[in-house]
Amino acid sequence: MVMNLNVFKYYFREAGASLLRNSWLSIASIGTIIISLLILGSSILLILNVRYIASTVESSLEITVFLEDSLEQDRRERMEEEIYFIPGVTTVHFVSRAQALDELRTSFGERADILSGLEEDNPLPDSFRVKTKEAETVPAAAQQLAELSGVEQVRYGQGVVEKLLALTHWVRIWGSITMGVLGFAAIFLIATTIRMSVFSRRREIGIMKMLGATNFFVRMPFMLEGMFLGLGGGLVAALMINFGYLSLLSKVIVTLPFIQLISDPTSLYQVLGGLLGLGFAIGALGSAISLHRFLRV
Amino acid sequence: MIQLYNVSKIYDNGVKALNDVTLHIRKGEFIFLVGPSGAGKSTLTKLICREELPSRGQVVINGRSLARMRKRDVPYLRRKIGMVFQDFRLITNKTVFENVAFALEITGASNKDIKRAVPAVLRMVGLEKKAKMLPAQLSGGEQQRTCVARAIVNNPVLILADEPTGNLDPETSWDLMKLFMDINRRGTTIVMSTHAWDIVDSMKKRVVALGDGVITRDEESGAYGYES
Ligand SMILES: Nc1ncnc2c1ncn2[C@@H]1O[C@H](COP(=O)(O)OP(=O)(O)O)[C@@H](O)[C@H]1O
Ligand SMILES: [Mg+2]
Repeated sequence: MVMNLNVFKYYFREAGASLLRNSWLSIASIGTIIISLLILGSSILLILNVRYIASTVESSLEITVFLEDSLEQDRRERMEEEIYFIPGVTTVHFVSRAQALDELRTSFGERADILSGLEEDNPLPDSFRVKTKEAETVPAAAQQLAELSGVEQVRYGQGVVEKLLALTHWVRIWGSITMGVLGFAAIFLIATTIRMSVFSRRREIGIMKMLGATNFFVRMPFMLEGMFLGLGGGLVAALMINFGYLSLLSKVIVTLPFIQLISDPTSLYQVLGGLLGLGFAIGALGSAISLHRFLRV
Repeated sequence: MIQLYNVSKIYDNGVKALNDVTLHIRKGEFIFLVGPSGAGKSTLTKLICREELPSRGQVVINGRSLARMRKRDVPYLRRKIGMVFQDFRLITNKTVFENVAFALEITGASNKDIKRAVPAVLRMVGLEKKAKMLPAQLSGGEQQRTCVARAIVNNPVLILADEPTGNLDPETSWDLMKLFMDINRRGTTIVMSTHAWDIVDSMKKRVVALGDGVITRDEESGAYGYES
């Protein structure tokens, strides 16, 4: 196959001219690609973030044991030992009601003034913070803790982790379904665009074949046309996700400081690169299907 | 150079366009294909450039059977055959120069080769001054000469012309014939189907007459014939 700059220029020129000629269909197919990739991209980021949050919650997973108000000092000390004997428990840490209020105040940061006045009549109980070796042992340990005398209430993750993971399960299912449907629509629209291009240029194609153009030469501009559409859609979607996510990050940091989102650029760029690549693949696939069906040379 | 052995062509709709045709074309010949409409002249042309395959028999070019030629080799066969049609088949949004250059572009020729070869053939067909014009701005004769320039720019060994003068007035037709004789004198074989009896009669070339898909006459320096 002879390949030179001249031929490349020809391919690109023809592909570009075709895109302009079918501009409405081109816009429709790019739009569909953008929407399907936006859904895919945001689902992926959501899932990744939920996993990330789940893992950070999990690592600090601890059981809080609230104690009855009237508990005596020596009962409390015996209780600490009893807790140590519960299987799976690694650390036990006493938090007085005053310390608890201090922590609460710190976590509220600038808005701590909401809590002013509580010092006189602190509603928080004394508590033990109990850590276990693994997240799986938490429920069993919590149950044994609740049975100890002098314990008012036992609290742990309260299914936060499970709820988050269940959410990702649904996001994954619905994200895949909508992405799949829209992905098919995008491939179909690209195939239609290419088909229209082939149709509007069938006379030229006939002349090219008469002159001895190879199949590769006849097909290449149409192939490129589809790839451009896919790449264009992928690029727009990647940029939108990029800026959307960055502005979300900056908002979350201000308003929900205790939530930690994925913010390292490499993970983000991997997702964006994936979107770009997928857009390209959709474009290439759409035009390949169309050429296979409508340009039997 | 070209041999047809007992070639029959039956189209998908059952029309028998050619029936047991055997014909040998030597290198450098100038052949007129004559006969009434529907006789099978265009079909014969299409078999030679492998636009159609014979239903029976063999078409052999330079010792190669076209039926056994691989599909991906067909473009390279076509580059050795220059084709000229009644309806010109120019690309309407390309200039004369670009139309001729296109035949080279598709072969992957370099810009340098194109800039050298195209003006030369345009000069040969007398269109060097019209290089920048679009087909719609040309007369029928000029469009046909553009088509001839495109057909010869790849130095083909054979020119297949299917009623090339069908849309031209008599004077322009003669200009085209002079051009074809020029090209033929340089060694290119020419097979031309035509209804222009005056041209055939005065050129005294080989005449192959077709009627209802069979060869009814094959004469050296023949005449159009009036029996049909
Ligand atoms: N693609 C085709 N499909 C079916 N029939 C065809 C086709 N091309 C030509 N024919 C028929 O074959 C016969 C010969 O046609 P053609 O070779 O075009 O004759 P000519 O060029 O001498 O006028 C005609 O009856 C024509 O209708
Ligand atoms: Mg005909």
